Amino acid sequence: MAREEKRKDVVIVGLGWTGAMLGIELADEGLEVLALERGPDRDTVPDFQYPDVADELKYGVRYGFMQKPKNSTVTMRHNTGETALPYRHLGSFLPGDGVGGAGVHWNGHNWRAMAEEFRLRSYVEEEFGADIIPDDMTIQDWGVTYDELEPHFDRFEYMAGISGQAGNINGEIIPGGNPFEAPRSRDYPMPPLAQTLDGRMFRDAADAMGLHPFPRPAANASEAYVNEYGMQLGPCNYCGFCERFGCLNYSKSSPQTCILDALKRRTNFSYRTHCEVLKVEKAADGKTATGVTYWDEKAGEEVFQPADLVILAAYQLHNVHLMLLSELGEPYNPQTGEGVTGKNYAYQMNGGTALFFEDVDFNPFVGAGSNGYCIDDYAINQIDFAAEGFIGGSYISAGQFNGQPIRSMRLPGDVPKWGAGWKEGIKKWYGHSMSIGSHGSNMAYRDCYLDLDPTYKDQHGRPLMRMTFDWKDNDIRMTQFMRRKIEPIAQSMNPTSWASGYKDAGAKYDLRPYQTTHNVGGTIMGDDPKTSVLNRYLQCWDVHNVFAMGAGAFPQNIQYNPTGVVGALAYWAAEAIRKDYLPNPRPLV
Amino acid sequence: MSTRDFRTTRRQFLTGGAAGAALSTVARPLAAQEPPVPLEQYRAEYFNAAEWAFIMAATARLIPADGDGPGALETRVPVFIDREMAGEFGQAATWYMEGPYQPDAAPLFGYQSPLTPAEVYRGGISAFNDWCERHHDAAFADLDADAQDEALSALDSGEVPLEPELRDFFDLLLQNTKEGYFADPKHGGNHEMASWVYIGFPGARASFLEWTDPSKDNVPYPLGPVSIAGERA
Repeated sequence: MAREEKRKDVVIVGLGWTGAMLGIELADEGLEVLALERGPDRDTVPDFQYPDVADELKYGVRYGFMQKPKNSTVTMRHNTGETALPYRHLGSFLPGDGVGGAGVHWNGHNWRAMAEEFRLRSYVEEEFGADIIPDDMTIQDWGVTYDELEPHFDRFEYMAGISGQAGNINGEIIPGGNPFEAPRSRDYPMPPLAQTLDGRMFRDAADAMGLHPFPRPAANASEAYVNEYGMQLGPCNYCGFCERFGCLNYSKSSPQTCILDALKRRTNFSYRTHCEVLKVEKAADGKTATGVTYWDEKAGEEVFQPADLVILAAYQLHNVHLMLLSELGEPYNPQTGEGVTGKNYAYQMNGGTALFFEDVDFNPFVGAGSNGYCIDDYAINQIDFAAEGFIGGSYISAGQFNGQPIRSMRLPGDVPKWGAGWKEGIKKWYGHSMSIGSHGSNMAYRDCYLDLDPTYKDQHGRPLMRMTFDWKDNDIRMTQFMRRKIEPIAQSMNPTSWASGYKDAGAKYDLRPYQTTHNVGGTIMGDDPKTSVLNRYLQCWDVHNVFAMGAGAFPQNIQYNPTGVVGALAYWAAEAIRKDYLPNPRPLV
Repeated sequence: MSTRDFRTTRRQFLTGGAAGAALSTVARPLAAQEPPVPLEQYRAEYFNAAEWAFIMAATARLIPADGDGPGALETRVPVFIDREMAGEFGQAATWYMEGPYQPDAAPLFGYQSPLTPAEVYRGGISAFNDWCERHHDAAFADLDADAQDEALSALDSGEVPLEPELRDFFDLLLQNTKEGYFADPKHGGNHEMASWVYIGFPGARASFLEWTDPSKDNVPYPLGPVSIAGERA
């Protein structure tokens, strides 16, 4: 029999970016808010402080701030005919762990998606015709438009403190910014970061080819900043320990630097760590949730936490898992295409070209997480899908993030893997290379989805979630298109040598190398309960007092890093809850 | 291309400038550190004598002492690997290690062995030494350097037959060897930050804003590395 805790108005599952945002927004409505976090507590001091955090092995290689597969993982297979096997140690993607979640260890690339991406199916049908969409491609509109989200993108950027250069303010194209971006209502809160040599070389090469380079929008402060909650950021010092590390300098936007200290001062907010939510409990009629059951690790017992409103704010994979375990939404069935929970899992199609320069010294350890220049000349709204034979797009960028030698030892192909030749090669080439990357969209497909694994169990005896996913021809054609655009830029820079790495026809998904922690879909939003889990306000269609945040809402993956969109959607949902739901709790659509 | 020489720049650093004086109060020169137990006298925590002999011999070929720059033995890579195997990593303490296992699954599925990394080393060293006995009439550690390189190449390319649950042995060995070479000295390897000095990585300095200025383009960073414990080299 589970212990029962005192009722709260709101229980939030997970205390990362969206948990902290919803926490402070709902606490400011005067509600009693409790966040349950299954990992440890973390704060700048002591967890990210200098010099202990500058430890590549502990954090960069052994994943000190990441989810431990022993505690939580998934199984993976490439298609419905295969037997899925567990993701036993981390590789392809790195979910965060503990207070702050993945908001602790990201690099801080903060983007808005394109207006076209929020209504992708309609855009493709209107511009190119429905017949260019392959039969097995299950892309959808989001049910919310860019114009509706614009104020929330703006608020997130001003809350998180983003450094950048606007390219389009209310329709006016601003030189030096991204001319292809959707209109924004005002400039970024901070000017762009200073840029390292590799980025400036890429900028100049792109410029010379008539392309439109702009500084990467960065969740790394370029100057001193105070946000709406009174939280303070200091300018980034280019420490070179950003991605996979917590920020030692109060410069990277994170729940810790932007929200948590302010939130902790609200006396009607509390949080409990080492408390893993096992299930969302539903009322007898199945139409509302009554609260959550969680495992209290310190007490070693199950606890029922009653609450009037349940906010799922865990990482995308964990939100989907919880919804499947709690029977929220009909599980998706790839044979019939019916059901919704777990539908349209998607990832990110990336590739890149490495450039080696014998005579250039890049000082590679000088880096900010979001340092660099980008071009959007081959973005989703710039490509003729009918002519090119694929649906999708990519931003292309160059920027130096770190020179930590275990992970960032880029070597030309003629350097051996070990022995005297390797040792000679690392001396010759460390600090003498850069790369140009393509960060591309990934469409949704009928047989790429998430469900419960029939065999493998987690430490609580619950089925692990099973990922069925592989690369598809459409997205491989997209990345090959990007290769054909990037290689001429690289060659124009006259490197000593260069080498490309893009997925070729027939490429299969490989769980081993790190690719990206941009897992999306599975709790997708939309305007029809038959084809989406959440309505346009991130409210569960079936159980109206459950709202799910995060990139699970993406019906397919955008061509950008997801956090900016996740942040905008969270403020959008928070506003709907505050202004519309709380006065009259009901399905909002 | 430029070449860095931190031995020269360290002298400049120590003799000039207020910044140097300020830092010297927190960073201790290496000479002030207690010297560690010589590698030959190190008592392995995890490996037995035959395994330790293999680790010493194999890492010395993966990153040899010859040529410029330190080798694996000078940087105490074997100590790093031993400590890793005795610790969380070697014991797969944070990995999902529940069955059923399918160690012969396609490599795309990642690690699927029921064995921990420490057990893969144990089984892998034993199987590889047996193979060396059959093909070269001696255990790996007793071969000459050329025969060792030949045997390691065979292991690397998959010519040495290993049970599927041991198939990650060489990749683990090579990865851990490079980790021990480049990781902060607090983990047991990279003795005296010698690999960082060699390639020009400044370690845990972690503050470089002024080095984004275009006036610093192509200017090699002048200071040698510091470690997390505050040593400088």
